[in-house]
Amino acid sequence: MDRLAPGDRQAGAPDRPLLACLTCDTLHYEPDVPMNHVATCRRCGRVLAAPRDNAFARVLALALTSTILMIGAVFFPFIDLSVAGLQNRTSVLDAALAFSTGMMVPLSVAVALLIVLIPVTRLGAIIYTLLPLVRGCAPWPHAPLAFRLAERLRPWSMAEIFVVGVAVALVKVGGLATLSIGPAFWAFAGLVLVTVLHDNAMCRYTIWKSLETPSR
Amino acid sequence: MEIPGNAEPLTTARRAGMLACTRCGLVHASGPARCGRCDAPLDPRGRKSLQAVWAWLLAGVVVYIPANIYPMLRTATLLEQSESTIVGGAIDLLEHGSYGVAAIVFIASVLIPVGKFIAIAYLALSLNRPGALSIHQRHLLYEMVEFIGRWSMIDVFVVAILSALVQLGSVAIINPGIAAVSFALSVAFTMLSAQSLDPRLIWDADEEPA
Ligand SMILES: [Zn+2]
Ligand SMILES: [Zn+2]
Repeated sequence: MDRLAPGDRQAGAPDRPLLACLTCDTLHYEPDVPMNHVATCRRCGRVLAAPRDNAFARVLALALTSTILMIGAVFFPFIDLSVAGLQNRTSVLDAALAFSTGMMVPLSVAVALLIVLIPVTRLGAIIYTLLPLVRGCAPWPHAPLAFRLAERLRPWSMAEIFVVGVAVALVKVGGLATLSIGPAFWAFAGLVLVTVLHDNAMCRYTIWKSLETPSR
Repeated sequence: MEIPGNAEPLTTARRAGMLACTRCGLVHASGPARCGRCDAPLDPRGRKSLQAVWAWLLAGVVVYIPANIYPMLRTATLLEQSESTIVGGAIDLLEHGSYGVAAIVFIASVLIPVGKFIAIAYLALSLNRPGALSIHQRHLLYEMVEFIGRWSMIDVFVVAILSALVQLGSVAIINPGIAAVSFALSVAFTMLSAQSLDPRLIWDADEEPA
């Protein structure tokens, strides 16, 4: 490939490969960051690398936990509503299918994508990327593609926003009916917490480097 | 942590005549069309990405208008039948004394979308000129738009949850209104607009001409 030959940059430059900041394009020598340290961009302050002990295992464990919580969140009811002897139970699927009439159908599909399918796909792609790395094997074929997909889907994975939406909806109907929160709601809430931990634990630079040199 | 050996003056990949991958940061000598590590297309910054920013932004603004005119929720109870728009829903909440939730709804569905339109337009217009905001402040604005923008989708989810939950025969039924569709589209278009804006363009303005 057309990788930059070390030393290309200017005369007398040390033989070290370069890395460009994703935000501001500033060139840095590839950092050789000790464990549990953080390297940041000199110009804009973006984190360039933040390797941690057992980072892959940690991220993988969190991704697996999220997957299990997600399954619970989808299949158990998340709110029970009762008023004047009438009762209605709602699961995540019901909420996604709420727009299933006429012109609303595309919205139903979009909601299902945003709160279930995209988060699940993203988790699957992360697990696919990291599982062989954690076991110390070479990455599986197309792992870079999978990891790029996972990064791409990140803004579109909206499970945590859905949880806050549930809370707002509860307040809106709170006056006219008796409500109780089901197990799926807690699964979703746990999912939010795990997602935050997960995004913080992930050092993208380390993952990219490992995908590049399949020998670790 | 400072990276040792990086003490010399700052240079960008572009000024050094190279092209960096926007996904993984790998630096390439100009030439290949795809990144050698992650296979993402390598896109030299240009007018093309700005055109996409404006196109998505315009689409987002256009569909935001019907989202505010048409009803978001249609409620039928024993006594009455009512339709509420986005702003109407927030006012209802205020009248019921739920100030906190009214504030969340109003911020998520009015302030954030409108603020985002303005912020993206400002960033795109100010790319090559010095302005009231420094580069660092512009960058902060960009990060805020990226981070907060998704949260506007909350109102769509609330409508979905209410419509699924409140289906109690003759007592009360809530159905979604057409505004939910255009609002969801507006949020998605604006997110695409923000994603098309290459943050490196913001920083380019900072460089003295080579
Ligand atoms: Zn930077
Ligand atoms: Zn790349």
